[in-house]
Parts: sequence; C-alpha cells; structure tokens
Amino acid sequence: MKHFLSTRWGIISVGVLIGILASLLQLWGNPANMGICVACFERDIAGALGLHRASVVQYMRPEIIGFVLGSFVAAYLFKEFRSRLGSAPIVRFVLGVFAMIGALIFLGCPWRALLRLAGGDWNAILGLVGLAVGIWIGTLFLRNGYNLGRSHKTHISAGWIMPLVMLGFLVIMLFNPQISGEGQSGILFYSVEGPGSMHAPLIISLAAGLFIGFLAQKSRFCTMGAIRDLILFKQTHLFGGLVALAVAAFLTNLVVGQFNPGFVGQPVAHNMHFWNFAGMGLAGLAFALAGGCPGRQLFLSGEGDGDASVFVIGMIVGAAVAHNFGLASSPAGVSGGGIYAVIIGFAVCLAIGFTMKEKTA
Amino acid sequence: MAKTVDARGLSCPQPVIMTVNAIKEKGQDELVVLVDTDTAKENISRAAKAQGWSVLSIDTDDGGYKIKIGK
Repeated sequence: MKHFLSTRWGIISVGVLIGILASLLQLWGNPANMGICVACFERDIAGALGLHRASVVQYMRPEIIGFVLGSFVAAYLFKEFRSRLGSAPIVRFVLGVFAMIGALIFLGCPWRALLRLAGGDWNAILGLVGLAVGIWIGTLFLRNGYNLGRSHKTHISAGWIMPLVMLGFLVIMLFNPQISGEGQSGILFYSVEGPGSMHAPLIISLAAGLFIGFLAQKSRFCTMGAIRDLILFKQTHLFGGLVALAVAAFLTNLVVGQFNPGFVGQPVAHNMHFWNFAGMGLAGLAFALAGGCPGRQLFLSGEGDGDASVFVIGMIVGAAVAHNFGLASSPAGVSGGGIYAVIIGFAVCLAIGFTMKEKTA
Repeated sequence: MAKTVDARGLSCPQPVIMTVNAIKEKGQDELVVLVDTDTAKENISRAAKAQGWSVLSIDTDDGGYKIKIGK
C-alpha cells in the first residue's frame, strides 16, 4: 500500500539520484558546482526573459521547467493532483523575493550549497550553517503558533496555471533557440559568457528535470523540511535524502574529477564567511516560513499548489530585484546594497513571523 | 468521543504540530485528524508512530482524508 518512494529508502534513493545527476549535469555543461541550483536557475530564467539584464546569467533553464512538469505528471499518475490556493499569497510572494535575495548573496540555494560542499567548496559550510540557523529561527515561530492560514480547494484549471506557464517557457525556448555567439534570439536573452552560457544540451537538461520532478513529487524531497523536521520533531526521514544527495554528488565528483577542495578561487562563489552565513540564514528563514525549499516549491506548484507558485514567482521577481539593484554577490564578494538587503530581509521575515499567528482551532 | 484535529488546508508542518500537540494533551487516547493532501496524510501517520501511537483507520472524506489514530 505504501509507495516505495514514500519510504526511508525511497527518499534516500531520490537523494542519491539527484546527487549523481547534478554532478553529471556539470560534466555535460552546467556551471561548476551548479549541476542543479533552483535559485540560480530561476535567476537565469529571469535574465532570459529580460526581467534583469545581467548579461552573464541569462538562460531559460530547462531543469526548472522539467521540475514542475515532472511533478505535474507524477501528481496525476498517483492521483495526488489537488488545485488549492489562498493561504496568504502576498506574504508568500514577499518571502520568495527575500529568499532569492538571501540565496544570491550566498550564491546558491540549499541544493547548490550541498553541491558546492560535494565539490570541495568549503565556503558552503558557512552557507549550510546559516541555512540551519535560519530554519531554526523559523521553527521558533512555528512552535509559537506562526501560521499563514488555510488554503482552499479551487478550480482544477487554476492548478494548471503554473505547469502551463512552464510549458509556455519551453515553447518560447524552442521557437527562440540559442544562436552561437549571440546574446539574443528573438524574444529570449542568452549569455555569451559566464555561468549563463554554460549548460548541458537542452534535451538532457529537460529530461533530468522531468525525471527529478517526477521522483521528488512522490518522495516529498525537501532540503528545508529535512533540517526543520530534525529540529522540530527530531525526525530524520527527509534528512536522509539531503545527506544522500551530498554524498552521491561527492562520490560522483571524485569519479569524474570534479572535486577541488579549498576556500579560495571556488567557482561562482565568494569567501566572505559572515555574508555566506547571513545570506543563507535569511533564505533559510524565508523557506521555513513559506514551508519549503525552492525545489519543493516547484514540485508543489506542479501538484496544484497555487500558493507555492506565488512563492516561485516571488523568487523570480526577487532575482530581478537582486540584479537590477546590485544586491547579488559576485565572486568578488558581497555588494554594499546586499548588506542592506540582508538586514531589511531579516526585519521583514521576523515581522512576518511575529505578527502572523492564526487561530486554526 | 475522540477529539478531532482539523488540519485541512494547512501546509506542513502545521498538521503535524497540531496532531503532536493533541497527542500530548492529557487524557487523549484516540484522535481523528482531517487533512487534504497526501503529504499531510503520510506525515500524520509517521508522526503518530513516532509518538508511539498507531494508525487505526484512514478513510477518504470530501476529497481529503479522515485519519483515526490511537494509543
């Protein structure tokens, strides 16, 4: 009766597969230690659409499209698709914005933090500690009754919107394919250099995304939930998946020669320890308050959760804000604006945590 | 009469927090938990077992699930 993917070994297997695939995607062309990075890839999508014009990070990442559509297929196949929305969408949008800003100050989502660690980038340790501290703050709010309120059932077609948006992105990409050496193709922007120019072939990225989206929907893989459940309930179920991802990526990196230990000169990373810690701390708090890591929000979007979709759109807009206002870090380090953004982000998230308690009884 | 925890429409971890709180209340040896997603259903079953309780029955109820758990 219980599906294999919902068991302990199920989630560990999913973590292993994501870790191996992420490492291989790097081998096949994705940026170093960025086989899969939900935050970075959503940021690249914002760039491809011209929402920001940072020329080195513009690409319509098929992995993200695949995550939502793979989850959509799984949700229908397992009869788990449920259109629902209405749990404080504007709050989730704002949390998405600041989650992205925090992630771009560290330079990665939790998945990439694990992949950076697995590639020997020790700066990731500061990010992961920050992530755990941010989530821990979130659990304090959860213990004290923080709650964004109930969602409600809605029209089935409402739950189709985010999957259809992703399908639309794919169609746009197919009709505006990358032209070698050109920064633009029709209505889409592409990177000629930098991380945005590095990508695995479209079909491989899409297939990997669909496969992971399918597995993650059913197994509920979530990096934020892994740490949250450990702190809140001393429960290790999801944590098994997180550890499996890191170990599998590490071993694959060793085999294919992608393990380069150190703090300095790591790809798409900086070594300002405090800001790696604080950026990811902000992101972790926002994820905890919104109930899922960026990957999980994509999988939820695929199974009909309109509130998770609003969070995703918040992250994409947050990426545009981060780059247009110069808040995102670069390999040179954090920007002056980024420091203010972290402070404002923490103030906003703490205010949300303190003021949003809803009686549910 | 078993107490009912209505966690419909709430995203994780709320349903689990509400259930664990109810389990810890004195004098409870049976609870009915209402949820509306499969994730919540699995999480409630897992949390009940972690608290030393067991799942007595799961019925589909208005597009969601009615989970009966007990000591």
